[in-house]
Amino acid sequence: MTATLRVEGISKAFGGVHALTECTLTARSGEITGLIGPNGSGKTTLFNIATGYERPDSGRVFLGDREITGASPQRVFGYGVGRTFQLTRIFPRLTVLENMLVPAQHGAGKNGAAGNGGRGRAHRHLRERALELLAFTGIAGHAEALAGTLSYGQRKLLELSYVLIAEPQVVLLDEPAGGVNPSLVNHLAERISELNKQGRTFLVVEHNMEFVMSLCHQVTVLDYGTVIATGSPAQVRDDQRVLDAYLGSGTGDG
Amino acid sequence: MKTGTRAVSQGAAVVVFVAALAVFPLVFTNATVTTFGIDALIFVTVVSAWNFFSGYSGYLSLGHAVFYGTGGYFLVIAARDWNFAGSGVFWLLPLAGLVAAIIAVPVGLVALRVRRHTFVVMTIAFFFIAQLAATNLGVTGGSSGLLPPIPNWAPGTFNNPFYYAALVMGVLAVAASWLIRRSRFGLQLRAIRDDEDRAAGLGVRTMPVKLTALVLSAFFTGMAGGLWVYFIGDAVPQFVFDPLFDLAVVLMAFFGGLGTIAGPVLGALILEPAQQWFALEEANSYGSEILFGLLFLVIILFLPRGVLPTGEEYLTAGRAWLTRRRSGTQSVPAPANVSTQAEGSSR
Repeated sequence: MTATLRVEGISKAFGGVHALTECTLTARSGEITGLIGPNGSGKTTLFNIATGYERPDSGRVFLGDREITGASPQRVFGYGVGRTFQLTRIFPRLTVLENMLVPAQHGAGKNGAAGNGGRGRAHRHLRERALELLAFTGIAGHAEALAGTLSYGQRKLLELSYVLIAEPQVVLLDEPAGGVNPSLVNHLAERISELNKQGRTFLVVEHNMEFVMSLCHQVTVLDYGTVIATGSPAQVRDDQRVLDAYLGSGTGDG
Repeated sequence: MKTGTRAVSQGAAVVVFVAALAVFPLVFTNATVTTFGIDALIFVTVVSAWNFFSGYSGYLSLGHAVFYGTGGYFLVIAARDWNFAGSGVFWLLPLAGLVAAIIAVPVGLVALRVRRHTFVVMTIAFFFIAQLAATNLGVTGGSSGLLPPIPNWAPGTFNNPFYYAALVMGVLAVAASWLIRRSRFGLQLRAIRDDEDRAAGLGVRTMPVKLTALVLSAFFTGMAGGLWVYFIGDAVPQFVFDPLFDLAVVLMAFFGGLGTIAGPVLGALILEPAQQWFALEEANSYGSEILFGLLFLVIILFLPRGVLPTGEEYLTAGRAWLTRRRSGTQSVPAPANVSTQAEGSSR
């Protein structure tokens, strides 16, 4: 079952700079929520707070009914929130398949981290699932290659794949389409959409407007660390404050 | 399957190799030669153990002498206090390993909080603490040291029990290295080497994983230290806790191939006898150490990831170059381009 990820009244300052002020955002269960805003508006900071990489100065983070404010990234992942990074972080000197086996398995109990030798049926099952997922994202042909040899786009697919293998309830994607060629962007959008149809919840930071507008059910717009609009893509697109702050006059052309 | 037959042939090669090592002291009975063999096998144990911690996790320890010396002193003290003698002393080796492993827990809990250079410096600091303690404490006999019991074995085959004890330890350490390399635990160690924070963010419990590796590594290192002290028949601080020991271990691992299974074996079997031989040949005992230092420079400059991985790269690049030459297109082989490919492959 998937849960709703909610951040409520989050504020965060770095030195004297207010990165986020009283931000509230909901990634509703079973939906794809977009988070957009100009560079430096605080999107990644909000992601970092939601996934435990940074602590908020005030405000709370909830996954379903569970408060996860200030939990370590390790814990947050264990609770079922997976994420990718704007600058993709894979394990370059492990093979693609090995990368897939790094994430702790929620099914394997809390001690999935150490021990049990990696043998046996559970391990074989995990390998099969890893290969299935790699086939799903389209990089199964590289399973035995070192991850460091993958292209930028393939790394993005790998990061998405290994986040998915742990069956997170909510997946946070930080600029999945950034710096990726257009056909791969479409491929990614299709995959995300398909996973969403299977019930997976997504929260996506993205600059590619076409990507966001076509994919997301809800969009939240950040500007200077505050939420200036939340609504359907169409609502957000027509919101005057959003037009002023971010989209400028040339909307709709992507 | 192809990988299946490859595994079988590799397994056969390992069996033949171990069998050759087992008959070695029966063929070469000269005490100098078997002494070289014992030292080399002790280093096979230590370098393999060092490597499955440092090589896999990327946490380069320059303080394994702490565990080596702890095992050594424990063996001497335990043999004296509990009246062990002869081959009975060998039964103390697992205990010596255990004591070193216990020492590794606080060392790890402190040092593993920091990374890279800071970790290296921390391990050096622990090394000096251990050496100073051994020099100044009564239990270690201070600077004059302690003497282990001398076995009354027949002079002709005096070295053989030591040799076989060292061989068993070496085989166990390499087996542990192999098992860890294949396990989920080993995968987590290598993930930590590549990006520790990311691994933690994927639910890997990094501290327990690192600490377990260090403790296991200390266990084998402590056993090896125990055997070495028993063999040389003397335990004085400057040799039991020897900074050159740490450098030698790191050099052997780098020489053979950091993070590989066979690399540490190769490094130990080549460099330890080589160093011993230089030390014998050179009237001035520092000559061999200077040569060792030069070798270190050469390896870091030209074979930064070791003979095995880099050798494989040159082979791959050479083959590619040959293929290109045959097909008529000329271009210079570039080992650097394939460097990332050979790196993670297991051996």
